[in-house]
Amino acid sequence: MGMYESIGRPVRARLLVTARGLGPSPAKIRPVGGMLALACGLGLFVAAGGPAAAQQHAGQYDQVDIEYGAQIFAQRCVVCHGERGDLLPEANLRSGSYRNASSDRELSRVITNGVPNTAMVPTGYTGAELTALVAYLRNITTWDPSAGSVALGDPERGRELAEGAGGCIYCHRIGAEGPRYAPALTDAGARLSAATIRRILLDPNGAMLPANRPVRAVTEDGEVIVGRRLNEDTFTVQLITQDERLVALDKAALQEYTIGTESAMQPYGEIFDEAELADLLAWVLTLQGFER
Amino acid sequence: MNAYFRTALAAPIMLLALTAGAQVTSEQLASAAATPENWLTYSGTYLSQRHTTLDRITPENVDDLELKWVYQAASLEAFEATPLVVDGIMYLTEAPNTAVALDASTGRIFWRYQYDPSTESRPCCGRVNRGLAILGDKVFMATIDSELIAIDAASGQPVWQTTVADPSLGYAMTLAPLAIDDKVIVGVAGGEYGIRGFISAYDVDTGEEVWRFYTIPGPGEPGHETWEDGGDAWMTGGASVWLTGSYDPELNLTYWGIGNPGPDWNPAQRPGDNLYSDSVVALDADTGELVWHFQFTPGDPYDYDAVQIPVLVDLATEDIASDKLMLWANRNGFFYVLDRTNGEFIRGEPFVYVNWASGLDESGRPIETPQGPEAVTYPGVQGGTNWYSPSYSPNTELFYVTVWENYGSIFRPVEVEYQPGRIFGGGTLGGPIPGAANLPGFGRQPVNNWTEEVGNGAIHALDPRTGEQVWRFPTTDISHSGILTTATDVLFTGSREGYFYALDARDGELLWRERLGGQGANGPMSYALDGEQYVAIAMGVGLFVYGLPE
Repeated sequence: MGMYESIGRPVRARLLVTARGLGPSPAKIRPVGGMLALACGLGLFVAAGGPAAAQQHAGQYDQVDIEYGAQIFAQRCVVCHGERGDLLPEANLRSGSYRNASSDRELSRVITNGVPNTAMVPTGYTGAELTALVAYLRNITTWDPSAGSVALGDPERGRELAEGAGGCIYCHRIGAEGPRYAPALTDAGARLSAATIRRILLDPNGAMLPANRPVRAVTEDGEVIVGRRLNEDTFTVQLITQDERLVALDKAALQEYTIGTESAMQPYGEIFDEAELADLLAWVLTLQGFER
Repeated sequence: MNAYFRTALAAPIMLLALTAGAQVTSEQLASAAATPENWLTYSGTYLSQRHTTLDRITPENVDDLELKWVYQAASLEAFEATPLVVDGIMYLTEAPNTAVALDASTGRIFWRYQYDPSTESRPCCGRVNRGLAILGDKVFMATIDSELIAIDAASGQPVWQTTVADPSLGYAMTLAPLAIDDKVIVGVAGGEYGIRGFISAYDVDTGEEVWRFYTIPGPGEPGHETWEDGGDAWMTGGASVWLTGSYDPELNLTYWGIGNPGPDWNPAQRPGDNLYSDSVVALDADTGELVWHFQFTPGDPYDYDAVQIPVLVDLATEDIASDKLMLWANRNGFFYVLDRTNGEFIRGEPFVYVNWASGLDESGRPIETPQGPEAVTYPGVQGGTNWYSPSYSPNTELFYVTVWENYGSIFRPVEVEYQPGRIFGGGTLGGPIPGAANLPGFGRQPVNNWTEEVGNGAIHALDPRTGEQVWRFPTTDISHSGILTTATDVLFTGSREGYFYALDARDGELLWRERLGGQGANGPMSYALDGEQYVAIAMGVGLFVYGLPE
């Protein structure tokens, strides 16, 4: 009520207009910004959250994280812990419990900080690597290395796909190269877990964070501004436009303000087979941040 | 020094000594509403309405408010304290446990007392403090290592210090104490560490403990049977107290909200209703004896602490003969109206989307509808509201509360072994959006990455006569800020977005806003000097004081 009287009226008055305003698939665009959207929003919220949430937590640990963790384990941990993880009797990783950790968070902390007065020294794993190692350790007794890789392929072939048929680099910036409109991939392999990356590749709309949604604004003098949302509060929105300008807008001064839910990215399951997806994922995991 | 100077200096010093002798009497505390130029308790008065009868600032002139002064805390912790003001002196705490006396007209410091808490202290959710109590010539500070310290209000020197509990077991204190008559009352936090909670009262002159009420009844006491395991679950059952209670001087009852049972998310380890977790208790202020209790969330698996401020309201309704009500928007998503003379349930309505219960029965007990594994429960773990101070205006007869809307959590219980001093959570949490920030309670990210499906904030105006919403002011981000209302129907609040703003308490219309940049985490308060009204709010690590132009 109050919001409308003071700041929301221009938005509400044009909700029907804005709903047709943006992107290739008008039906999927949801107007946001005032009471009407919030009043009808709950069902949408739950519906939008449901399938993706179920996907994430099926079996709690994602197969691709387990597999990535097994790769890291084979490279970095086997020297002390052995190929099966049971070489050290005082730290038998197949026993199902850990002396210094019970929760996943505590396990991550032990891996990160090490164990004082032992050969387990502090490590510098990224968030993605920690997620993977914990997933692997939780499944170490059932993991079958002879089954072979199912989702992580060859990063070099993945790079060729990203630069070729996948077209990733034509929207995403990596380091100092590439456009800025889409979120940068510079450190995607460190920041996002393997499972998250795979989910984004398969379902870009469902995986798109609210913060990254495309917005369309029409100013009082009719200028149309389309951009990716960087930040927002009750009264203002900050975005980066398609032509890479940082723009801040006062919502009360807009004729229209719409937030889209459709990503510009295509679902890669529609153009790549499982082997190619595995290669592409392996390539993204090599993106570990800018070189120092 | 010659005789002339001696005489000239002696007179003002004597005057000062007289005023410093007994700054605030218990009678003044009981009638605090009669001196609105002062702010004498955490919530303003014993009734905890966070309402001022000062009337200089109005909906018509609120747009003229200008910044008078800023006090920048040295601490980078969340600024959750509400200042007290007594006759032009402001008493404030800086996190974790530094007490400060300021000139309320300029923010200049008279004295600063820094207490360094033990490294054994381990508050779950920030090394914070919510302010002081004042009585006589002392202010009282509860520390995160569970010490209660009396400080001389004029000199800033400690007078006595009492150990309330053992911080190495997870006990901590973050609340502002409540001073009543000749006692100062506190409660202990630590509901995430397997404590056994309690509320205790101390002699204001000596610091000696006068009474103690355990929030979990021991063997043989009524209510102990609600810990049905028959074993030791009650000993580590939590039921913490981390916000200031209220007091009805006529009934001589003091009311306190009690926190979650432990382990937080695994009720299988503590079968039963788990009294007095997630309850309000009414205690005899002289003896600490339990007079009545009302439990909001029996056997709670969601961490729905009932620590909210008990708001005491005298309002004639058709429901009960007495007009003595208690209003309570609970973390569990329901807005309750209780009879505060006996704890009887009058009504309760959801103020946000709730799916853990389909409603409340005639006694106020929830009709539970558990959502099952990997389903989203609404409200989420931080609740439909939480510790942010609500307000009640006798003028509009409406209750105002900071709300998190459309906010849910996935609860995943896990068996946990009690280990002294370690987190006793019993589970993990998830949010509805994979990869998005799902627990916006503690994060202080400057970038909003949890909008839409993850939830949003709002201020709600609720009618205690019906339990229904009268208006709402939705916000993009959720908020930790409390609410102040004035006799002129101005509502002040802050936000995590960095705004300090004013709404019309009658209809929720936005009247005024200032961008202060930091996150609001306390409740605004108001005081007056020389007839001029001021409003103070903490945003970020600063306290900002506004008034009208001279």
